[in-house]
Amino acid sequence: MSDVTRLVVGPFNRVEGDLEVRLDVAEGRVTRAEVNAPMYRGFEQMLAGRPPQDALVIVPRICGICSVSQSAAAARALADAQGIQAPPNGAHAINLMLAVENLADHLTHFYLFFMPDLTRPVYAARPWFAETQRRFAAGAGVHARAALAARQRWFEILGTLGGRWPHTHSLQPGGSTRAIDAAERLRLLARLREFQGFLETTLFGAPLDEVAGLADEAALQAWHAADPQRGDLRLFLGIAADLGFDRLGPGPGRYLSYGAYAQPAGAGADFALARGLWNAADGRLHPLALNSITEDVSHAWLADGGHAQRHPAMGLTLPDADKPGAYTWNKAPRLAGQVVETGAIARQLASGQPLVRAAVARCGGTVYTRVLARLVELARVVPMMAGWLAAIQPREPFCLSQPLPDEAEGVGLTEAARGALGHWLRVERGRIAGYQIVAPTSWNFSPRDTAGTPGALEAALQGAPVQPGEATPVAVQHIVRSFDPCMVCTVH
Amino acid sequence: MAALKVLWLQSGGCGGCSMSLLCADTADFPAMLAANGIEMLWHPALSLASGDELISLLEDCIAGRQRLDALCIEGALLRGPQGTGRFHLLAGTGKPMTEWVQRLAGVATHVLAVGSCAAWGGITATGPNPTEACGLQHEDDHRGGLLGADFRARGGLPVINIAGCPTHPGWVLDTLMALAAGLFGADDLDALGRPRFYADQLVHHGCTRNEFYEFKASAEKPSDLGCMMEHLGCKGTQAHADCNTRLWNGEGSCTRGGYACISCTEPGFQDPGHAYHLTPKIAGIPIGLPTDMPKAWFVALASLSKSATPRRVKHNATADHVVVAPAVKKTRLK
Ligand code: SF4
Ligand code: SF4
Repeated sequence: MSDVTRLVVGPFNRVEGDLEVRLDVAEGRVTRAEVNAPMYRGFEQMLAGRPPQDALVIVPRICGICSVSQSAAAARALADAQGIQAPPNGAHAINLMLAVENLADHLTHFYLFFMPDLTRPVYAARPWFAETQRRFAAGAGVHARAALAARQRWFEILGTLGGRWPHTHSLQPGGSTRAIDAAERLRLLARLREFQGFLETTLFGAPLDEVAGLADEAALQAWHAADPQRGDLRLFLGIAADLGFDRLGPGPGRYLSYGAYAQPAGAGADFALARGLWNAADGRLHPLALNSITEDVSHAWLADGGHAQRHPAMGLTLPDADKPGAYTWNKAPRLAGQVVETGAIARQLASGQPLVRAAVARCGGTVYTRVLARLVELARVVPMMAGWLAAIQPREPFCLSQPLPDEAEGVGLTEAARGALGHWLRVERGRIAGYQIVAPTSWNFSPRDTAGTPGALEAALQGAPVQPGEATPVAVQHIVRSFDPCMVCTVH
Repeated sequence: MAALKVLWLQSGGCGGCSMSLLCADTADFPAMLAANGIEMLWHPALSLASGDELISLLEDCIAGRQRLDALCIEGALLRGPQGTGRFHLLAGTGKPMTEWVQRLAGVATHVLAVGSCAAWGGITATGPNPTEACGLQHEDDHRGGLLGADFRARGGLPVINIAGCPTHPGWVLDTLMALAAGLFGADDLDALGRPRFYADQLVHHGCTRNEFYEFKASAEKPSDLGCMMEHLGCKGTQAHADCNTRLWNGEGSCTRGGYACISCTEPGFQDPGHAYHLTPKIAGIPIGLPTDMPKAWFVALASLSKSATPRRVKHNATADHVVVAPAVKKTRLK
């Protein structure tokens, strides 16, 4: 028996919120991981008893990085409760705002959160080090700085469509409060093309459709080999191959997407990126059984009220800081009792993107496939946005309104950058009687459940290499950041 | 002059003020900080240092081995449960964030509350305030908070409350730049500790709906163009901030985005005592009248202006786009 040492790792930066990971390490590998979300705010408690529409102001404040997604989930839960549907213009405006936020997240994640770890001194001897440092050094890398500037310009689209970001209130159950006129639509299109220009010059070194059209990993390798330094995706591919990112941080093999960018009625598809559960074991997309979602609080500092597992519509959130056996404020969401992973990788799998499907078929959900899926999503969604802008009909309505019944229930599902986000709302006597939020990182960073099954990150960390003397192991940082976690959403 | 050394930590908030900061209007964010004498010792979204590297930095600041000019705290301070601070233990340390903040505030030359959560408690303190959240030096508009009513940072100022939910990147950067240049003193703070360069304005100033306001031509439902004060809860005539003259994300503001100002820079905005999206009224008259305006005058002027509302203004107020354009005169304007 070799010695087991315990490492407490945190605070992690370049993730949203505060995160602690406890690791048992033996023979240079992680043998067990516990993920702790060490902060609790209590949004579900704050919402109870308020006028239902107050959710539109309160819930964006769950998270400063995906506030539009939180707004969209709340607006949809209210719309579901009212039985109202946004007119096509409203649906397009909301999708545009969601896309601006999601794609900005992918950009921020790659340039500011993930890549800087590859400039750590531990990699100083690698052949790619100098170039990586030039492009990505924290606060100094030339591409990281250019990306930050591109991000600022990009968010001006959301400034027009939503008044401001974060925490716009323009998303309503009946659409968007900000109508766009014909001239504005052209200016927004120009902004979109400007961002596309950044992606094509700096990130991809290639046209978007060339990247989105890569059919499999052989095509990807050929594309990489043709000009290995050109664009940051190719640089990443070289590093990923060198460091074995396709074996690091394996996911559970089940991928959940609620469907992204809901299309207006009659558009021919429910979502621009399909909904479903992708199972890597059988390589098939399965329908979602939303009633099989549970949240398990057996290892969370939360009272269980007699049931460790509950469907979110019957959910309970009551802190119990002294609960024995608990080690996080996060609940453990499960789908039909199983651990699933969510995020861009799930959306690309569910929507049939061939390269991501091929990569996952070969090596599963890993640090490599998660980053790849995000960048592929950037290449795929920007052209969709141009289509939604073109579909806006100036002078047609953007927002309908309708009273909310005094007794109602509603579910609001959407895809945040980090994956499946759901809000479950119950209205009684005109007030919020129940509001439960299941955030993407709650799925990915869940603790153990009653059966003792570790959450997705906890399992992904098992086997991660730890170098002698490392207090904050760099491989652990790659794995954690590959999920692009958002801890403030997780515990809300 | 030596650069202003800034340490930025997050507690009970959403991270939105940091995300807002990164939207600052500049072509090169790090270069802009450097050029204006601001050095980030550590920022959660921008720094390489993680885990034990950060904890060493915090210890160095507390021990005086590292100079700390400006401590920026984002997010409310979570004192619960039962005053233990366990609702936020700083990861990797097992110690409450409240304790870290108190120790760091004791050594910093300036202490800045970034956003309404750190200033007053903000959204995190809404309703039953389950986490016993408060601001650094205020709990809503009462002085006190985590650091106490009498707290002064080493440089002599109380906590600088850069309130807003989130706060505007320009408000933060103007404050930091003024501190770095030695151009910020007690006179630059309003009665609630907010920098006056933005808090001496009202959101109503520069609102594109001012013509509708003049005629009390009011929006009736979300997306209408009219003034949102009468029916839709707009507090722009009372809220201290320059949101409609210093715009957000290029061309934006709340009222330009089609929704009411909820006065997110004001203490207590999180619990307005009514539904956010509706204006509370008594006998048909809004309770929250414009700052500085006697009620009788308001009532008299409102009824007069309503009777004089031009057809164009009246019709456009309840549409989401201009339905009646200003008349085109056939003669030269005089
Ligand atoms: S909408 Fe608000 S800020 Fe704008 S004019 Fe009316 S009261 Fe003033
Ligand atoms: S307009 Fe009002 S609610 Fe909006 S950011 Fe300004 S102060 Fe806050």
